[in-house]
Order: sequence, then structure tokens, then C-alpha cells
Amino acid sequence: MVVAEVMRRTWAMTWKDVRVELRARERMNAMLFFAALVLFIFNFALGPDLSKLREAAPGLLWLAFLFTGMLGLGRSFQAERENECFEELLLTPGDRESLYFGKLAGNILFMVMAEALILPLFAILYNLEIWAALPGLLLVAFLGTVGFSTIGTLLAAMTAHLRAREVMLPLLLFPLTVPVILGSVKATEALLSGGGLAEASHWVKLLCGFDVVFLVICPLAFEFVLEE
Amino acid sequence: MGPSRVGRILGVLAGLCVAGGLYLGLVVAPPDATQGEVQRIMYLHVPSILTAYVAFTATFVASVLYLWRRDPRADAVAVSSAEVGVVFTGITLATGSIWGKSTWGVWWTWDARLTLTAILFTIYVGYLMLRAFAEEPQAAARYGAVLAILGFFDIPLNHLAVQWWRTLHQPSSLIRPGGPSIDLALLVPLLVNLAGLLLLYSYYVVERTRLERMRQRALALRLIRGRRG
Amino acid sequence: MENRLAVEVEGLTKVFGATLALDAVDLRAARGEVVALLGPNGAGKTTLLKLLSTALKPTAGGGRILGEDLVKGRDLIRRKIGMISHNHHLYEELTAEENLRFAATMHGIRPDRDRIRKALAEVGLETQAGWKVRTYSTGMKRRLVIGKMLLFDPELLFLDEPHNTLDQAAIALLNGYVASVRARGGSAIVATHNLSRAYDMADRFVLMREGAVTRRIEKDRLMVDQLREMYTRYAENDDGDPGAASPARRAGGREPRVGVSEGTW
Repeated sequence: MVVAEVMRRTWAMTWKDVRVELRARERMNAMLFFAALVLFIFNFALGPDLSKLREAAPGLLWLAFLFTGMLGLGRSFQAERENECFEELLLTPGDRESLYFGKLAGNILFMVMAEALILPLFAILYNLEIWAALPGLLLVAFLGTVGFSTIGTLLAAMTAHLRAREVMLPLLLFPLTVPVILGSVKATEALLSGGGLAEASHWVKLLCGFDVVFLVICPLAFEFVLEE
Repeated sequence: MGPSRVGRILGVLAGLCVAGGLYLGLVVAPPDATQGEVQRIMYLHVPSILTAYVAFTATFVASVLYLWRRDPRADAVAVSSAEVGVVFTGITLATGSIWGKSTWGVWWTWDARLTLTAILFTIYVGYLMLRAFAEEPQAAARYGAVLAILGFFDIPLNHLAVQWWRTLHQPSSLIRPGGPSIDLALLVPLLVNLAGLLLLYSYYVVERTRLERMRQRALALRLIRGRRG
Repeated sequence: MENRLAVEVEGLTKVFGATLALDAVDLRAARGEVVALLGPNGAGKTTLLKLLSTALKPTAGGGRILGEDLVKGRDLIRRKIGMISHNHHLYEELTAEENLRFAATMHGIRPDRDRIRKALAEVGLETQAGWKVRTYSTGMKRRLVIGKMLLFDPELLFLDEPHNTLDQAAIALLNGYVASVRARGGSAIVATHNLSRAYDMADRFVLMREGAVTRRIEKDRLMVDQLREMYTRYAENDDGDPGAASPARRAGGREPRVGVSEGTW
């Protein structure tokens, strides 16, 4: 059954990325260290006035998430590059979409893992009460992460071979993901100020819409990025 | 080697139209009641952004065609269109900034329109850079095409996001369900300028595509000569 | 009518920007045949292999690989071929067994534990199956790649400079594997600059230079030193003259280059 084959390949791809990462630890360490650094720097940059920090909290949180996510995305094809496995991917029979989804799932997983550590750290460092809003926050974080990673994974594949790739990936990714950034920050703001999901609803709908659009377009476009 | 015949015609028409439009806008049209003379900048600002939208839509269509048919002509049109789109977007930003400075006293505001235009500008500058950094022309064409398609679907989402985020700019007076709501005296110069810029766009795309095609052919010739030599 | 040819391509051309990597190359290989592509660096051997294995799309030209269209039947072709390249295409952080499981799944083969163990045993890596590939020597990595091929069981094998940095045991294993592929009616295309190895493996030799095929030689009664001499002369001879003197004669009293040895051209 074709669907089963696609799922098997996607799962194999994700599992491989996770295994490689768990053993090499390169990506996760860099991401976590960077996230911690960012949180500390915000504190120094915005001064000791906690109320100012609280106001800026949703933006800061997402800055931490997104920059950390960027770092992870930049590394997502590292294993393929290092071992010259790109060629191997080109030779794999079967659809290209499962290769994309496999990579995407891995990227989402790593970004979520980093966020799972950043969020509590953030709440502690800035004395934020997040318990009440937690379910909503988790949903928004997930939707935003998915949106950011869909385009991010495609662009990471594209820039993997380019000169100046460390610059090109953020340059291309950020303007395209402005709707995710705005949506996530605004929704988080509404949630943290006690508004609940109802108030954040348009933003959540925007995030869902974005995710759906790019979950369809990116896998189809992946084939054109991979071929030579 | 001068412009082609079609190019020459377009160029002349564009020149006439733009000259006429600018004359109408800067001299003939009545000044705005509240904003005064400065409002005339609209005659350049609005047609620029509209032409940029046309340019980027053309890039999208050409990109899809390229991925489907692998026709190098489609790629030539895509890059030419994107280049002029970036220029017109830049003009929109510059004129918008100047207009803003005179009306609101600041060089930049993060209102919906300007922000969206800035995002558009960055996306297509990214497109040109991506193409420049690609290893070889077919990769540049393919990657560019994918990015142009992503960009095209992204713009409406950006529109929604940025609009909900802010609204300071005057509401659209041209593209509204009930038809344009501005005075005829202002509308005519606007439309003439728009026509002028669209002609200018076409002239540029025709000529630049020709140039791109020549470059593609020169590359092919070099290959053949290299082989025989 | 079953297609008896493993490879049947015409006019294959590949352009990278301003470089003509392959210029209208024709190639045929029958089932059960091993063809060696010989030539200096930059001759286009690797590019040709990549085109034939569908890793690259041709700029022009086409044909059939194992009966499937080169451009339209890529997916079908990929299921039936294998590539052994000087890049091993293995994930260093995974163990040998994990690498094979991954490769099998991606290739559409059930990653059956017994089958994998058997393949590892056949290449002598059974005890090191649980080691990370990072710890493997180059020879071991190559053996693992052969193990991967055993799982894939391709009808057509591509080899790109497979003998580089291999020890005798690994070379013997590789040659044995290629021989077994041939014995089962499969074919192979080997790109190499190592004449002796090519001579041992192949039935036919295709000499390439600057993206084009300049000579095709049947092995028949050709001796390895005749091949070497031809190759050396061909390399010195600028115009790659196809009507060159017969192998037995030395052209214009020229001596074969001093110090020509295995691995040089």
C-alpha cells in the first residue's frame, strides 16, 4: 500500500535523524546553549525593570524560540552533507515527499525539545505565571513551530549547497515566516495576559492556515530542490 | 545592439505615458485639501506598488511554467520581472518614506502598507541573491522558481497578518468593492501614471528577457566551440 | 519482447552552466556484461555514471536502463540498481546494522533482521555489526557498502573508483561480488583510472576524455600491458586519434612512459 510505504520511509528518515542527533549531540547542545545565552542577554539588554520584561515577554520568548530554531534548521542537512549522503537521497526510489516529511518531523521535534526547555527557564527567569495559560501556549508553540519548520526545512535543503548559506537561510526564511512570527507572538500575548484562546483566535486561525498551505506546497516543491 | 522593435515601441510609449502622467500629476491635478503639494507623490507611489505586484505575479507564473516545461525563456522572464519588481518596490518604499516624513513627520512607520512593502522587498531581494549564489544557472533557475512560488502564496498570508497587526495607513481608495472612491481629477493622472509604469515594466522585461536569452545562447555557443576547439 | 540490454543510451549530454561535462555519449551494455569507463580526471566518467544511475537528469539525450526509460522511468530504475562510489554514503553515527536497516527501508526492502545479519556475515562484519561506522576503517566501510548491495540485489551495478584505498582482502571481496553479480545475469559499469583492476573486472573498455567517448575496446585477446600502452599513448596523443596504430606496434618509436604503474594513467 503506497501510503504505508510513505509512512515507513518518513518514519525511517525521522528516526535516523533523531538517532544521529542523540549520538552526536551537536545540534541540541548548540541550540540549548544559544537559547540560554539569548535569555540572559535579554535580561541585560532590557534592564532590571521586571514590568518592562513582562510586557516584552511574548516577543522575547518567540525570539528565543525562533533564533534557536534557525540554528537547528541550519544544521538539518548537516549529516547528509558530511557523509555525502545527498547523492544517496537522490538515488532512493520512491516519492520525495516522504524525505521531506521525515526531515520536517525531525526538525519539529528538535525545535519542540528546545522550546520545552526554554519555556520553563523563561518563566523562572522572568517570574511569569504560565500555568493557567499553559495548554494554549503549548498549542500556539506547536502551530508556530510547525509553520516555521515547513518553510525552514525546504529552505535548509536549498541553501545546504550554497555559498554563504549561514546568511542565506535567515535572509530567506524570516520575511516568509512573518505571519508565523506575528501570529505566534500575538497569540502568546493574548494568552499570557489572561485572555484565553478565544481572544487569540484569529491569530490561531492564521497559524493553522499558514501551516496547512505550506504543508501542502513544501513537500511538492521539495522534489525540485533535490534534483540536480 | 539596440532595443528590438517591440522594445522600441514600448519604450517610446512608456516614455510618453510617464511624461504625460507626471505632468498631469505634478502640474495639472489639484493639490490635496489637507496634505498640500506633497500628496502628489502618490502619483508615483501607488502605481509603483501596483506595478510591482504585477511584476511579482508574472514571476510566479513564469516560475511555474519553468518548473513544468523547463523552458529557459520562462526563466528569463521570471528573473527579468523580479528585477524590475524589486526596483519598483524600492521606489514605493522611498516615496512612501518621503510622503510619510512630510505628512506624519517620521521617515518610517510600521503601518501595515509600508511594512508589507518592506517584507515584499526583502523576499524578492532574497530571490535575486539566491539566484546569484547558486552554483550554476539551472540550479539558480530551479531554486528561484521554488522561492517565487513560496513567496506568491506567502504574500496574502503576510497581508492578513500585517493588516491585523496594524492599521494606520489610509484605507485603499482604489481597490474597493464599490469602485474607486477618489475624484476623477485625481484618478486620471493616477491611471495614466499606472499605464506609464506598466509600459515601462513591459519595456524592461522585454529587453531584459532578450538579453537573458542572448546570454543563454552565448553560453551554449561557448560550449559548442569549446568542444570543437 | 524482452529487452536484452542493460544499458542502451544515446546522445547523453550534460551541461553545468558553462561546462560541457558530457557531449553526446552513446553507450550500450548487455546483461551479464561488465563495462569499464577509463579516462583521466574530468573525462566525464563520474558524470556519466550519475546520469545512468538517474542521480542527474540529462540536458539532452536519453535511452533505456534495464528496459525503463532513463528520464520517465527513474523510479523503476532506482529500484533495480546499486551504486558503489568512493564516497561511502553511510551515516557515521549509526551502527552498521542501523545503516543497513535505514538503507533497506528507503530502498523499499523489508529490513528483516535475519537478512541484514546474513548480509553482514557475508562481508565479514558480523561481529562489528553493532559498532558505529565512525569507528570503521575505510576497508570496513567499503565492505559494509557491499553488504548494502547484497541487500539491494541490483540488476545493474555502478562503481565509481571503487578500488581507491582498499586493501587486498577488500579488493578481492569487491571483485568477487561483481563476479557474482555477473554470474547471475546482472551487469556492471565501472569508472576507474586503475588499469589493472579494470582489466580484471571488465569485458569491454570505453575510453573517455573531456566528456566524450574516444575509443571502445573489446577485451577478447587484449593483454593488460597492451591496454596500458594504448592508454598511455592515447593520453599523450592529443587528438585521441581513433585510427591509431594497432596495439602491438609502438607509434613513432615512442617508449611507454617511464614509471607507468598501476593507478596512473
